[in-house]
Amino acid sequence: MVSKTFSPKADSRLEIKTTFKDRLAFLARLLWRDKGGTIGLIMFFIVVFAAVFASVITARDPLDQDLINSKMPPAWEEGGAWEQPFGTDSLGRDMFSRILSGARVSLTVGFFGVLIAATLGLVIGAIAGYFGGRVDSIIMGPINLILAMPYLLFVVFIAAILGRSLLNVILIFGITDSPIFARVARGEVLRIRESAYVESAISAGARSGRIIFDHIIPNLIGPLITLATFEMSAMIFYEAGLGFLGLSVPPDVPSWGNMLAEGRKYLVNDHWLTTFPGLAIMFTSMGMNLAGDWLRDVLDPRLRRSRK
Amino acid sequence: MLRYFVSKLLISVVLLLGVLTLAFFMLRMTGDPVALMMSRDASPEEMEAFREMMGFNRPVSVQFLDFLSKAAVGNFGNSLHYATPALPLVMERLSATVKLAVIGLLMAILIGVPLGLTGGLNPGSPLDSLGRFWGLLGQSVPNFWLALLLILVFAVRLHWFPSFGADQAKSVVLPAFVLSLAVSSQILRMTRSTVLEVRGEDFVRTARSKGLNQATIYFKHILRNVAIPLISVIGVQFGYMLGGSIYIETIFAWPGMGQLLSQAIGWRDFPLVQALAIFTSVVVLALNLATDLAYALLDPRIRYGK
Repeated sequence: MVSKTFSPKADSRLEIKTTFKDRLAFLARLLWRDKGGTIGLIMFFIVVFAAVFASVITARDPLDQDLINSKMPPAWEEGGAWEQPFGTDSLGRDMFSRILSGARVSLTVGFFGVLIAATLGLVIGAIAGYFGGRVDSIIMGPINLILAMPYLLFVVFIAAILGRSLLNVILIFGITDSPIFARVARGEVLRIRESAYVESAISAGARSGRIIFDHIIPNLIGPLITLATFEMSAMIFYEAGLGFLGLSVPPDVPSWGNMLAEGRKYLVNDHWLTTFPGLAIMFTSMGMNLAGDWLRDVLDPRLRRSRK
Repeated sequence: MLRYFVSKLLISVVLLLGVLTLAFFMLRMTGDPVALMMSRDASPEEMEAFREMMGFNRPVSVQFLDFLSKAAVGNFGNSLHYATPALPLVMERLSATVKLAVIGLLMAILIGVPLGLTGGLNPGSPLDSLGRFWGLLGQSVPNFWLALLLILVFAVRLHWFPSFGADQAKSVVLPAFVLSLAVSSQILRMTRSTVLEVRGEDFVRTARSKGLNQATIYFKHILRNVAIPLISVIGVQFGYMLGGSIYIETIFAWPGMGQLLSQAIGWRDFPLVQALAIFTSVVVLALNLATDLAYALLDPRIRYGK
């Protein structure tokens, strides 16, 4: 601020100014009011905690084989022991530490997959939406094509061709999921461009750069974060699904999908090899969906009313 | 209306060309499709013979034109595993997949629509809480895992349903239910939020203020407006079911296209995988077109909009 005179500009800034602390308190109040969102965030943080501190929580190596103690049931069933609460798999590897490591794989795929998809999608969608016209049609043609195809089928097709590796899985999801982000980003940019505040900014003589950075990008962040939450949950799902078909990370990596594919062979007698990885996927996905619903309501005030 | 139909049809044809192009280049993504399809211990002579037989030694542009002209008459090459044309093998499996999807869709509608309607009309009621919980479950339970659990409980322990195959009438129950779960959750959430939205609209308030009875308001004003987005969701979800039953068909050994796909991947029979991908896309595109038309018939705003 250059001066403290009451120019209209300075005045309007004064009114809307809220400190970061105020905003945080407001968010916390909203969060507390939505019990589902609170539970979802807690669930999500538990998964993140498990993934980050896997090696601190349990001293057992998820890859250590112990054939004498193979297929040991979980602690609360007959023949189980609390040293290995979730039992062991067919090679005697500790299920509990494998589940924790699985969280690592899933979150890695989900986080980097969404990061790539959101970045690509934001850039592509924002260009299409901002410039409109021919640029828009050229960009959105292929995007609509990909969105119209049966997604799972093509992901399986590509994964089968590229082969199993963590990097391939992240790239496949990052690229194939970017059209969704592009479409949302484009739609939002179009909506914001037509809005009264951008119109008034233009009529007040604001330049393109100012409009893009001050008006369009801040308004894009909300919908994109919400979408990212849901897409990350979906990617964790799809990664497990690919693993189940034997198309995700290499078989020796303890991912939830690989564990399910392995557990399926012993379903009838050793159900815990199937139960725990599935519960882990469900827990993660449920937490992220609850948190995502809450985020959507908070970041979009128009929706805040309709939910009670 | 005709103009709308023709423009939608043209878009579908362009999308179809796009699908063919993508499917063609995906197979060549790693550089050498021969290495992809042959086992690692094939001799160089065998690989060369195979390359010659499949025509992979020609320039890519020639291969592409050849691929397109053959695809136009429904020829997608031979399956490597069966050594017969791929398309009939795929078509053979269509009816089983469609049957599974139709029954699954019916289940999803029967679960999702009533729960969504009651939830939207009485937000906060116990039935609404049940519905919202169901919606959450449908989003977060992995269907391949649910399939395994249901087999364990209802087939292995209780013997109520067969654990795999399609030879009994009740075989369809478990796979169709698993397939319907995620879809019922989508339908439920969409119905609920549309009802909530429409309930607050001006025309509903007007109807109420002019003293119309509740039943008329529900049926004439609310339900009619809910039906429109519902049709579109159902269309999209049906497409998802046709292309997304890979796990379920594999686990339940249901003789449809999804099972064939996972088998074809196991055999490294990529011409068959390619034919499956293209054929399923065509079915889904046709379905989207049908949905668009149904949508336009129901909603005059769309018909006259463009």
